[in-house]
Amino acid sequence: MKFGIPVYPGSNCDRDVGWVVEKVLGHEAVYLWHAEKDLKGVDCVIVPGGFSYGDYLRAGAMAKISPVTEAICEFAEKGGLVMGICNGFQILLEAGLLPGAMLPNKTLSFICKFVHLKVENDQTPFTHLYRKGEVVRIPIAHAEGNYTCPPETLKEIEENGQVVVRYSSPEGEVSEEFNPNGSLNNIAGICNKRGNVFGLMPHPERASETILGSVDGLRMFQSIVESVVRA
Amino acid sequence: MDRRVIEQHVTWEEYQKIVELLGREPNLVELGIFSAMWSEHCSYKSSRPHLKKFPTEAPWVVQGPGENAGIIMVDEETETCVAFKVESHNHPSYIEPFNGAATGVGGILRDVFTMGARPIACMDSLRFGELHDPKMRYVTKGVVSGISHYGNCVGVPTVGGEVYFDSCYQTNPLVNAFALGVVKKDKIFYARAAGVGNPVIYVGAKTGRDGIHGATMASEEFSSEEEVEKKVNVQVGDPFMEKLLIEACLEAMEKEGIVAIQDMGAAGLTSSSVEMASRGGVGVVLYLDKVPTREEGMTPYEIMLSESQERMLVVCEKGKEEEIMDVFRKWGLDATVIGEVIEEPVLKLFWHGEVVAELPIKALTDEAPVYYRPFRVPKYILENKKYDPNTLPEPEDYNKVVRKLLSSPTIASKRWIWEQYDHMVQINTVVYPGSDAAVLRIKGTGKGIAISSDCNSRYCYLNPYEGGKIAVAEAARNVACSGAVPRAITDCLNFGSPEDPEIMWQFVKATDGMADACKVLETPVVSGNVSFYNETKTDEGKRAVFPTPTVVCVGVLENVEKRMTSFFKDEGDVIVLLGENTGNISGSEYQKLQIGEFRGTGQTIDLRFEKTLQEAIVEAIQRGLIKHAHDVSEGGLAVNLFESSFEKELGFEVELDDNIRSDFLLFGEDQSRIVVSVSPERVDEVLDFFEKRTVPAKVIGKIRGDRGVIKHRGKELVNILVKEAKEIYETALEKELGLQG
Repeated sequence: MKFGIPVYPGSNCDRDVGWVVEKVLGHEAVYLWHAEKDLKGVDCVIVPGGFSYGDYLRAGAMAKISPVTEAICEFAEKGGLVMGICNGFQILLEAGLLPGAMLPNKTLSFICKFVHLKVENDQTPFTHLYRKGEVVRIPIAHAEGNYTCPPETLKEIEENGQVVVRYSSPEGEVSEEFNPNGSLNNIAGICNKRGNVFGLMPHPERASETILGSVDGLRMFQSIVESVVRA
Repeated sequence: MDRRVIEQHVTWEEYQKIVELLGREPNLVELGIFSAMWSEHCSYKSSRPHLKKFPTEAPWVVQGPGENAGIIMVDEETETCVAFKVESHNHPSYIEPFNGAATGVGGILRDVFTMGARPIACMDSLRFGELHDPKMRYVTKGVVSGISHYGNCVGVPTVGGEVYFDSCYQTNPLVNAFALGVVKKDKIFYARAAGVGNPVIYVGAKTGRDGIHGATMASEEFSSEEEVEKKVNVQVGDPFMEKLLIEACLEAMEKEGIVAIQDMGAAGLTSSSVEMASRGGVGVVLYLDKVPTREEGMTPYEIMLSESQERMLVVCEKGKEEEIMDVFRKWGLDATVIGEVIEEPVLKLFWHGEVVAELPIKALTDEAPVYYRPFRVPKYILENKKYDPNTLPEPEDYNKVVRKLLSSPTIASKRWIWEQYDHMVQINTVVYPGSDAAVLRIKGTGKGIAISSDCNSRYCYLNPYEGGKIAVAEAARNVACSGAVPRAITDCLNFGSPEDPEIMWQFVKATDGMADACKVLETPVVSGNVSFYNETKTDEGKRAVFPTPTVVCVGVLENVEKRMTSFFKDEGDVIVLLGENTGNISGSEYQKLQIGEFRGTGQTIDLRFEKTLQEAIVEAIQRGLIKHAHDVSEGGLAVNLFESSFEKELGFEVELDDNIRSDFLLFGEDQSRIVVSVSPERVDEVLDFFEKRTVPAKVIGKIRGDRGVIKHRGKELVNILVKEAKEIYETALEKELGLQG
């Protein structure tokens, strides 16, 4: 299948996602330049991490008005699979494809480390190869991953099962102690109501090969492949 | 010209030389250009004669010193090379820690990608004063967040480094930034201008008034705190612009037509144009009114000396300029033809049609003054020789000493720092920070590279010659402990004023030591920089930094799957010490803890043995004989064992029987020692392996339980719960910085 990876000025995990798609999964990766609206017939879009537009104004705020983002929104509306990683997640929030917003980490600093995530929803096209309640080890690397939203939105996404992964202990305990950035309800990743758009702060592409210390992220990409092939 | 104006730029003697070279008086623009090109920072006028001692060649060296970065071969089959360099950004980082450090990272990255290499790793070697000083806490936090801000945004992982805290850095902290990139041998770009009539293109950020005379500033001592406050001309970095510049340059290099490319670093447009012309043996004409400026009313003088960041100068084949400039425009960058290459080797500057400077390239480069500065043995060296370590009383409570050492900021975990750096982006990092060396895979080759930055400046202070040797040896040893063959080094020589004969003596001796070590260990110097004048005038005289020749060693792992880490792996494994204990505490962290200063004659090293040890450890790792390897350094054997125990919270029981005073044995920092662990069933095989290679190897204990226990001649001296020691080690730095409890 064909994965599309938008490249904004300042994207810096685009090649990493491309590497996993091509070298680990053995599928095709197509880079989509931010100034173009053509998605080149891709089956799925992965918005990579980085610092699009240098995070100027607000992380993801400039990228939402790029032509390629417009095309991605249309693609998502038609039911296309869109996953946003880190800055990609921030862009999806800014673009309104996912609810809520990001605050600076509670530490007020950038944090790069492996964290544990509890899989809360294993019914999405991005996570169906995981088990509900399973704990996975995937790194984070961000300065603004402190997820927030109004109480009514929080209630809604919790009730709809839109919270896909949460920060937890290695044993799956979800508490403030294991919340690296201050995120509401330890939220690490959410999907839209329809389930075809998913954003998360952790980097599954950094945990997709044994040599990198974890392969827990690989099943997200494999889940996408299976979902697309099945459909 | 007014003598005062002249002496703000160059010395009176240098001015006479300029007049002689030109056959006339220079104008102010020309004088500014001379002052930058003849500054210590650009001309190496005090260090050049001594740098010639360094070996610079080996079969694997593709590019030695003289270019923007050094290059070595990693994989012959795919012709994959790595380009790297370390450079200082000391003065700006004290004046404005955040931007000073950030632009240090930016500058070194440009040195690497200007050669066509995609940057894949950064490292930083940092030296701060004691943290009881609020200013130092501010500087430390500022430097770390500046590095984090810049490196993370450009998407190049900061994979490690080193940090020391000593009072000699109180008003002169050191920030040495290292970067490394990957390049195919046939895709290397050089900064040699050529081809008469070829256009000179300016790309990147616009020129502002920031950093004017930065190179000159880096070539003077701080005369007082007030002066530091006044010199607020530190450059401001924009990592987003740098990221665009990296991508645009690498994309433009894929096109045909780029002849030469060079970043505008210290002394900006002046040094980039002059150096490109000098290397190519040609001249350059620049039309300064065409330079994109950020501010109105900038003068030719300001334009030539601005150190605005994220700018490059490109020479391309005539007729190809539009195609090349289109790439930069695609990335949203300014790209303008501002001049051309000429045959006559001069730098000719126009301003709205009028010549404002015309200088022979040779006068600016080859004719720059060289100083054979006098040197003499400092008094403190002679006094220190009289020091008798036995005057130190033996501690009553060894547990207390171990806890204190583990919480010393120099030894304590630097996790608080490296967790603020994205050390994983580009998914090449396969040994994360916290081990002896960082290891990165080189995609598409099966190979890896190991990088370690080291310099114990305390040893260099007490004995610059041995200290210089040790800086090289330790960096190489750390690389070897990760399973890689040390291949080359880059260095950043941080010293006080070369005009002081005692400082000059430190410089001469330290570089002698480094040169000897590089020869024996077969790690030539491929790039580097010199930073003098790291000193401040105080009421009591002057305070210079310890001689700090930072060394970054790069090694190659034939098979990246066989990389090694520095922590214990399994309960029951046997602990083996390689090398000999001698119980030397001179210059040690223990000595600092007990007497608050560094005395004696420092550490010494036998380079022949070091070479044997490093070859043996690399072979042992490649053969899969050992399960961890950790070099003994600050804090000695006791700290070494605890450091290895933390990752998996595995205890150890060690029993030593050397006939050495217990505290000297546990905390001495004698060189050429490595602690390894071995599966119980392979102990005899391993001991035999090292014996055959004439490396002393001795079983000293076992990995067992949850406590760190050290006995000496039957007496239990240390017994601490590993979990407790780890807590101390992991939280100490944050506490010192006032960020926790």
